[in-house]
Amino acid sequence: MHDLAPLTALGTTRPRQDTIGPLTISEAPDWALASVAARLEQERACADALAGLLGGPAPGIAQHVQGAELGAFWIGPHIWLIEAPYTPDLAQRVKSACGGSASVTDQTDAWVRFDLTGGGIVAVMERLSNLDIAQMQPAQARRTVIEHLGCYVIRHADSLTIYGPRASAQSLHHALVTAAKSAL
Amino acid sequence: MRLPSGGQIDRTQKLSFRFDGQYYKGHPGDTLASALMANGVRLMGRSFKYHRPRGVLTAGSAEPNALVALRTGGRQEPNTRATTIELFDGLQAFSQNAWPSLRFDALAINDRLSNFLTAGFYYKTFMWPAAFWEKLYEPLIRRAAGLGAITTKPDPDAYDKGFVHCDILIIGAGPAGLMAALTAGRAGARVILADEDSRMGGQLNSERFAIADMTAPDWAAQILAELSTRPNVRLMSRTTVFGAFDHGIYGAVERVSDHLPRPAQGKPRQILWRIYSRRAILATGALERPIAFANNDRPGILNAGALRSYANRWAAAPADTVAVFTNNDDGHRTAADLMAQGITVAALIDTRADAPTLPGVECLAGAQVIDTTGRLGLNSVTVRLANGRTRKLKVGALGVSGGWNPNLALSCHQRGRPRWDDTIAAFVPTADLPPGMSVAGAAEGQFSTHAALSTGAARATQALADLGRIATPPDLPQTEDTPSRITPFWHVTGDKRAWLDFQNDVTVKDVKLAHQEGFRAVEHLKRYTTLGMATDQGKSSNMGGLAVMAELTGQSIAQTGTTIFRPPYTPVALGALAGRSTGQDFRPRRLTPSHTWATEQGAVFVEVGLWMRAQYFPRAGEKTWRETVDREVLATRASVGVCDVTTLGKIDVQGRDAAEFLNRIYCNGFAKLAVGRVRYGLMLREDGIAFDDGTAARLAEDHVVVTTTTANAVAVYRHMEFARQCLWPDMDVQLISTTEAWAQYAIAGPNSRKLLQKLVDPGFDISNDAFPFMACTEITVCNGCPARLFRISFSGELAYELAVPTRYGDALMRRIMAAGAEFDLTPYGTEALGVMRIEKGHAAGNELNGQTTALNLGMGRMVSTKKDSIGAVLSRREGLNTPDALRLVGFRPKNPKARIPAGAHLLAKGAQMLAANDQGYVTSACYSPCLQTHIAIGFLKDGAARMGESLRAVSPLTGEDIEVEIVSAHFIDPEGERLRA
Repeated sequence: MHDLAPLTALGTTRPRQDTIGPLTISEAPDWALASVAARLEQERACADALAGLLGGPAPGIAQHVQGAELGAFWIGPHIWLIEAPYTPDLAQRVKSACGGSASVTDQTDAWVRFDLTGGGIVAVMERLSNLDIAQMQPAQARRTVIEHLGCYVIRHADSLTIYGPRASAQSLHHALVTAAKSAL
Repeated sequence: MRLPSGGQIDRTQKLSFRFDGQYYKGHPGDTLASALMANGVRLMGRSFKYHRPRGVLTAGSAEPNALVALRTGGRQEPNTRATTIELFDGLQAFSQNAWPSLRFDALAINDRLSNFLTAGFYYKTFMWPAAFWEKLYEPLIRRAAGLGAITTKPDPDAYDKGFVHCDILIIGAGPAGLMAALTAGRAGARVILADEDSRMGGQLNSERFAIADMTAPDWAAQILAELSTRPNVRLMSRTTVFGAFDHGIYGAVERVSDHLPRPAQGKPRQILWRIYSRRAILATGALERPIAFANNDRPGILNAGALRSYANRWAAAPADTVAVFTNNDDGHRTAADLMAQGITVAALIDTRADAPTLPGVECLAGAQVIDTTGRLGLNSVTVRLANGRTRKLKVGALGVSGGWNPNLALSCHQRGRPRWDDTIAAFVPTADLPPGMSVAGAAEGQFSTHAALSTGAARATQALADLGRIATPPDLPQTEDTPSRITPFWHVTGDKRAWLDFQNDVTVKDVKLAHQEGFRAVEHLKRYTTLGMATDQGKSSNMGGLAVMAELTGQSIAQTGTTIFRPPYTPVALGALAGRSTGQDFRPRRLTPSHTWATEQGAVFVEVGLWMRAQYFPRAGEKTWRETVDREVLATRASVGVCDVTTLGKIDVQGRDAAEFLNRIYCNGFAKLAVGRVRYGLMLREDGIAFDDGTAARLAEDHVVVTTTTANAVAVYRHMEFARQCLWPDMDVQLISTTEAWAQYAIAGPNSRKLLQKLVDPGFDISNDAFPFMACTEITVCNGCPARLFRISFSGELAYELAVPTRYGDALMRRIMAAGAEFDLTPYGTEALGVMRIEKGHAAGNELNGQTTALNLGMGRMVSTKKDSIGAVLSRREGLNTPDALRLVGFRPKNPKARIPAGAHLLAKGAQMLAANDQGYVTSACYSPCLQTHIAIGFLKDGAARMGESLRAVSPLTGEDIEVEIVSAHFIDPEGERLRA
């Protein structure tokens, strides 16, 4: 095992957590991501492989599914992001499952993940994104712009996940905290 | 004066405030205007051009006169309407456009010169000498005329932006809006009810009549209480919907903290909302219009409805004895309400010969106000009676009602034109509304309260039906249903000046002058006279101006038409438009994985795109940046240096056709790139001009990692994605950006391999034989950390780029530094990087500047003729391939100490600095510490054939004129021995 110590996207050894009123904003570094893009004319095989990984059909447009171990959300035609509790070999595992039906790329460190839990999610997100968060149902995933940054937003039953570009983690975090202080 | 009873103010609490330094008292619920009025203040400002004394005209956001500077310091805000400022304890306001004081204004001399200062006078008067206009005349005019002055201090407050969605947006919370909201709210629709006032209820808050056995304000409060309990209804008070935009989107400003001395910690002052609606109901009521007559602008002369509002809502009046001048029945309601509030109404002057009577007041039917007196406030009005005699009335205030205009601005924001309605003598909205909008109540020309309630309910029912909801409109309460009776009357004829536009000092005479000089179309009239310009946009004046012009041209008002209504409905602060995007937060930043470490080293950062890159790493004792950069370059070339190059774009290209895809993207060949090898690639635009360069590393048969320049990462990705999806959808290629997934460091210098060997895990051979120049591989470092290693060089030295997952980037940089200590490893920044690439003659952004071709860059032979690629055909255009085409060359100054200015143009000795003599230009320049001379690269006509020639590098900007010798662009190691070592 190598001895390089990881840092979170916010540049610290321990993930940042901010509680503003009823809302908690948590940096969530312990997630791995891999993109899966179906190869040409292998779309069915790719979807089947994903179904095997997820224990059910791959998510449709703007959807998120959570399997027993892995989750996935749709990011484009025949393209998904697979998420799992952090493991360095997620991409390899997914590639093994998909074989030649898909191109798989490790995306773990391309993104920063923030989880919003507690009250006030809608009020805060109103200041950040033009998504109709109040109407988003659990298991919906959308692409949006927050603080000029392209982000993914996933609605869960009692929380919201935001994936944003890792290099801009501080700017995104600043925007989230500022909006929370402003709205709550 | 403050009336002894009534009003929606909290008399149990007192608020202290200052106007022009003088202390006054008011109550919660007051506006600045009502509080000043209650304190006996009628004079609140000076007019724009003539500096005439002015008082309040309206009781709302249409106010043209009572504009003040609010607050002090960075929070000072000019041109704020006293009629909309909610009073708070400690409020400070200042009058504008007056010197030395509001009561005695030296520039009131302009009023005496009014014969010379007519509309458009400055178009004709200041013609000679022409040079005086910009330096003398315009500054003088601007100083003499104008509104408030902006503070030069930074605004300490924050402004938010926000986005809200609804089924039905209801704009205006008067009777129509309230009933619409009730209907839609009870039906379960998502409703937003927005109103610019702090107290919802609209005109109902200013009335004394009953609705369903309640006072009008109480009925409004009851409806609002119900609406506030409904989770599907959002009440947005203090929110002005200022614009109707495409696709049901409305712009609105919520004044979150304007009614407070300062915003609470972390809270915004205002929020700029973008409201997404499926349907919208415009229920913005109507605005009263004045009648023009001689000296109708004195403080104390108000719109009649405003006089009624001050008495009913704020228990304030400008005087204890007033008169009312009207051409419609609403003026009678005002007179009745004033009397009910204990105010003496000296006379009700009605222009209509058949005017109705009103018990308790003398009604002068067929009479007109022909003049007024009072220097700083109204003393008397002179009335011409129906029989031709005149009578002087001693009054301290006059309420004027020329009728009501439906407040239809938002209905016309998408170029809709209103239609004229003779029955109410006003323009009303047509069916040509913004899609999804309907109009209710007075905004539609339905002036009775009953009509407002019924149309509000009806519009909401229809909107709900449009959205597939069946609604049962609430029972309509009993209330007044008085027909609107008016006989149009626009201005009293006479020789003296009669004001139409109070804010811009436009009189009836000015409109006549515009007509006389041919500016008769409404848009010309506006520009020539300034009628309807500035902060109020003619809300009280446009109709009067149109009517006078119609009279002069002999056309109807309908034929005369209106000017275009444009957003914003009322002024929007630039701060609200900027939102949080100010200062350091103007845009997000991208930080490299080594940012924390570089900060600890004292690095100076430079913004590159959004990236913050270490520019150089100064050490103690180094006095200039040059000293630092020279050291970094020399140390790297002597031993080894490290630089964070994470910012270069990285695009993961996979698929069976990955190599062929790149073969078409790059102008040089890629189909045969072997696995484990890297190749430099040049991309052309469709027109044959160089677009971007970088490398492509083939990690597997179906997997290539492409790098781009930092600045072009997004553009290249977009370009490739376009090609993939649209040009060649039959290719099996998948793309995804991995720029931020990998921390990547350039390790350059003769000792770079030795350093790397300390990091690379055993089992990976990186010797020159096993891992030659332009090799790439996936390896592990530091006992198992996955990594990618590329042997590529931008500096011209033996060099590598090592990449690890970004989370390990900080740790890897620290490990590299520790491992490199024995080699005097030196971190270097973008400046040293730039110097080394110029020394090596590598093109970068300055050379790939959107005007240059592969030929210009000295890479003409890279454009393969054995295949097709984007831009290849057009790069062969004759005009791009002339014998004297620009070529990339190097420059050395004759005097090594002479700096060559980047951007300088190249001229022959003795040639004049003319475009015709231009032979090329310098793109990049630096001091080379290795060569101990300034050097530069750039483009020169037929440059490759002109080595050794002397030219001048001339900068017309700096005046520098340097003699340079043309040399090869490869100053260092032209054979490339170092990087292959």
